[in-house]
Amino acid sequence: MLLYSVGVATRRDYDDIPGTYVFDGVHSRKGYQLNKMCMSLNSEDGRAEFSADEAAYCDRFGLSAEQKAAVLAREWLEMLRLGGNIYYTFKIAIVDGLSMQAVGGAMSGMSEDEFRQMMIDGGRAPEGSLTHG
Amino acid sequence: MAEIVGGIGTSHVPSIGAAIDGGKTDEPYWQPLFAGYGAAREWLAETKPDVAIIAFNDHASAFFLDLVPTFAIGTAEVFPPADEGFGPRPVPPVHGHPDLAWHLVESLVADEFDITIAQEMPVDHGLTVPLSIMCDQPEEWPMKVIPLAVNVIQYPQPTGRRCYRLGQAIRDAVDTFPGDERVVIFGTGGMSHQLQGERAGLINSEFDRAFIEELEHDPEALTELKRATYMREAGSEGVELIMWLIMRGALDDEVDRVHWHYHVPASNTAAGLVVFENA
Repeated sequence: MLLYSVGVATRRDYDDIPGTYVFDGVHSRKGYQLNKMCMSLNSEDGRAEFSADEAAYCDRFGLSAEQKAAVLAREWLEMLRLGGNIYYTFKIAIVDGLSMQAVGGAMSGMSEDEFRQMMIDGGRAPEGSLTHG
Repeated sequence: MAEIVGGIGTSHVPSIGAAIDGGKTDEPYWQPLFAGYGAAREWLAETKPDVAIIAFNDHASAFFLDLVPTFAIGTAEVFPPADEGFGPRPVPPVHGHPDLAWHLVESLVADEFDITIAQEMPVDHGLTVPLSIMCDQPEEWPMKVIPLAVNVIQYPQPTGRRCYRLGQAIRDAVDTFPGDERVVIFGTGGMSHQLQGERAGLINSEFDRAFIEELEHDPEALTELKRATYMREAGSEGVELIMWLIMRGALDDEVDRVHWHYHVPASNTAAGLVVFENA
């Protein structure tokens, strides 16, 4: 029986989808503390305390050094790689007053305006799909 | 006995709610989207349901990753709007229907669906934006609401087939409830969109249009679609479309599509709105 744990390479039918971080058990375990910190930003008090001293706030939630660095630098892709989930990490963007389009642009190498225009023009072609290659 | 009088499939994009809350629906960016909502709103106003069962997903608001219910039914008298990071949306509280909700729980568990019971639950945009789309800005929502929270964020999500079967079991439960409630069921989320990664901004209108055709005419065939296929074709967050299958499962095999509107974009998402009645 194949057990499922962090670091065990189990092939999944979504592994080959490009530019996509499927939030599975591996990511969830890796990102638990990071996501827990983000969850706390659902309260006014949490947002105020985070803004007052981000590094100390990350430490309080037990983020790894890498996770903390990614949060402080607002490296959105790196947060995903380190187990962050977009619905959680986006709460940091809300504190910053950023839109989902700004974050989407930052993750795909575009400005917010470029990203917004791409959406108006019909969105990103579904690269990696079975019909679009 | 209670009865299901219609099904609604709709996106639940936060910015649609923000456009309504902020009075922006006539702005050029939003007008084409909202222009397509009027007929569906009229349908709901004429149908006057007593209760809406709303299949939605919580987005890191009521549930954290410490406990992830696959299916949770809200049995409370009232569900407050959640603070998702901006403060709660300025919308009315959502009033529940505990009698029908508990009946659903009993009936579904007897039917071998292992439902989580939620007696306190703030509700986020996943539930309140569909209400705003269908009801605009009333002082109180015009019907009772039973929230049905579905895990679509933490893989493994339930399969599309499981969602469709759940819808069928909900139909059986409503049909055996000793009341005269007229019930609509919502499937929310989607359509194609991806918020995360280098592929953020993905839209697949071809997939969305094929999905709505198959949802109407051959939902059993649609239950064959794998979760990975939704993620690949409709984007990582497009997998929310499995919740539309819950709605479809609660309707007759034959349905009439009485309304359909599709618009790209609403922020980062392809927005769809469909209304079905039993044929």
